[in-house]
Amino acid sequence: MIQALAFYLFAGVVIASAVMVIMSRNPVHSVLWLILAFFNAAGLMVLVGAEFIAMLLVIVYVGAVAVLFLFVVMMLDIDFAAMRAGFIKNFPLGIAIALVLLAELGLGIGAYGAGGVELGSADGAAAASATTSNIEAIGALLYGRYILLFEIAGIILLVAMIGAIVLTFQAPPPGSRAQQDIGKQISRRPEEATQMKNPEVGKGVEL
Amino acid sequence: MTAFFESLGLSYEWAWFIATIAGILLIALPVMVAVAYVIYVDRKVIGAVSLRRGPNVVGPFGLLQSFADGLKVFLQETIIPSAANKGIFLLAPIITFTVALAAWAVIPFSEGVVLADINVGLLYILAISSLGVYGVVMSGWASNSKYPFFSAMRAAAQMISYEVSIGFILVCVVLWAGTFNMTGIVEAQRGHGLGIVNGFFFNPLLFPMFVVFFISALAETARAPFDLTEAESELVAGYQTEYSSMAFALFWLGEYANILLMCSLCTILFMGGWLPPLDWAPLYYVPGIVWFLLKTFFFFLLFSWIWATVPRYRYDQLMRLGWKVFLPMSLGFVVVISGYLMATGHFTSAAPLVEPASVAPTEIVEASNTQPATARDM
Repeated sequence: MIQALAFYLFAGVVIASAVMVIMSRNPVHSVLWLILAFFNAAGLMVLVGAEFIAMLLVIVYVGAVAVLFLFVVMMLDIDFAAMRAGFIKNFPLGIAIALVLLAELGLGIGAYGAGGVELGSADGAAAASATTSNIEAIGALLYGRYILLFEIAGIILLVAMIGAIVLTFQAPPPGSRAQQDIGKQISRRPEEATQMKNPEVGKGVEL
Repeated sequence: MTAFFESLGLSYEWAWFIATIAGILLIALPVMVAVAYVIYVDRKVIGAVSLRRGPNVVGPFGLLQSFADGLKVFLQETIIPSAANKGIFLLAPIITFTVALAAWAVIPFSEGVVLADINVGLLYILAISSLGVYGVVMSGWASNSKYPFFSAMRAAAQMISYEVSIGFILVCVVLWAGTFNMTGIVEAQRGHGLGIVNGFFFNPLLFPMFVVFFISALAETARAPFDLTEAESELVAGYQTEYSSMAFALFWLGEYANILLMCSLCTILFMGGWLPPLDWAPLYYVPGIVWFLLKTFFFFLLFSWIWATVPRYRYDQLMRLGWKVFLPMSLGFVVVISGYLMATGHFTSAAPLVEPASVAPTEIVEASNTQPATARDM
């Protein structure tokens, strides 16, 4: 009873907020609806007993990715008139993408009706059972059977990260204020930074 | 508590539901009262450090000051700037407040005294605390004003930066405890230091992580010396500038609830939670919750002490500390600690941890929740 209520609540909110992502006129509102959709998707994950995935979804997508989205969208000053001007030009492309999505959706529903896919059982401790927790099952699978793929994915991400840094990093010119020497700042003492002067009335101070 | 409601003739599901609601109230209301008194303590400590008396007029020793402030704020007019984005403007303080309270669901106050004893407790804390940034960012943007917007940008960058190193510190603790379950983490600290003291605090490898965690907690809650989001000399009051009345109060309460949460996290992760500091039988006669509250209060005193004494960081110093000092350091310690644990055979010796006491087993996550932290030898 409660599970069914919770499922329909989460699923309904996911669908409604996904619709609102594309319907709302303000891009910041769109991102906020997207966050709501992520959050409720995490709720659905909890309902099927995949609490580890649910927490990761919230930590990674809601906590990091969506914050960056929001950050960027807030900084942009989006001109709606200019965006709508390209509507006719992009219309055929949009229709094509929509048709592909519709076909995929139809295929997906058809495949669902045809029954589950037989993937075979994974060797090792990967089988989901009541005696191993989510985290242990995923860990055993990732670090056991799929260790190579896992490490390759990690290396690809590392390369992408280094590439992004190399492409965007601009070293500040030497001597500019952007270059802070923290060690020098910390080792600075009052004796070398200040001078005690007692100027006479009407006379300046020679520094 | 579920059993009690079941005995009243309710079905298990509804008994569980009502018991959970009661549990939420039993945690949220004391947390709110604690926040009121912690604000009082904060003001008293800062008053003492700057040779003032602090609040001393309302009630004996000024003990009712926070409630008087709450009443005053409640009676004020709510002002919404005409250029503000109204919906988000009002939603932001609600999110801050809700998120600050939601994280308390997995905090074990004493043995078995926890609302949701879930397997992924620590991840839940991390997930919920990563939501806290939205209240700040949304309020800053919706205010449609320059200073709050600057503050929101600062807050977003600051919270994300320090969350990364907090995540790695939690990994270190989890490696040693062998579980993400909060109760399991506390139990793993029983007699940790040579069988005499309870707590990862006394572990030479984890002690540096404790220091980093404490400083990161200061940055995560935007407490001094990292309170750049509300640096009054630069940004008026930061993201709270345009807020008044209850909306402002919600920010205020949420902020202090978050600070208390970080203090209790320090307690649970490093100081042995509800366990007494020494693993010595007579100390166990003191109820666990007393130890827990004492330790949490101690950390809060440290927070206010630091607020009163340490000058504010510059923004580039803050970012440097987060990314260039704490992140490499915590990453290095993950490697060192996992290496040490592998070398000493920590993972193969199946020293069974004490099973976390199951309170109100939730039906929804039951299938995956029944597993205590015993099967570590996989």
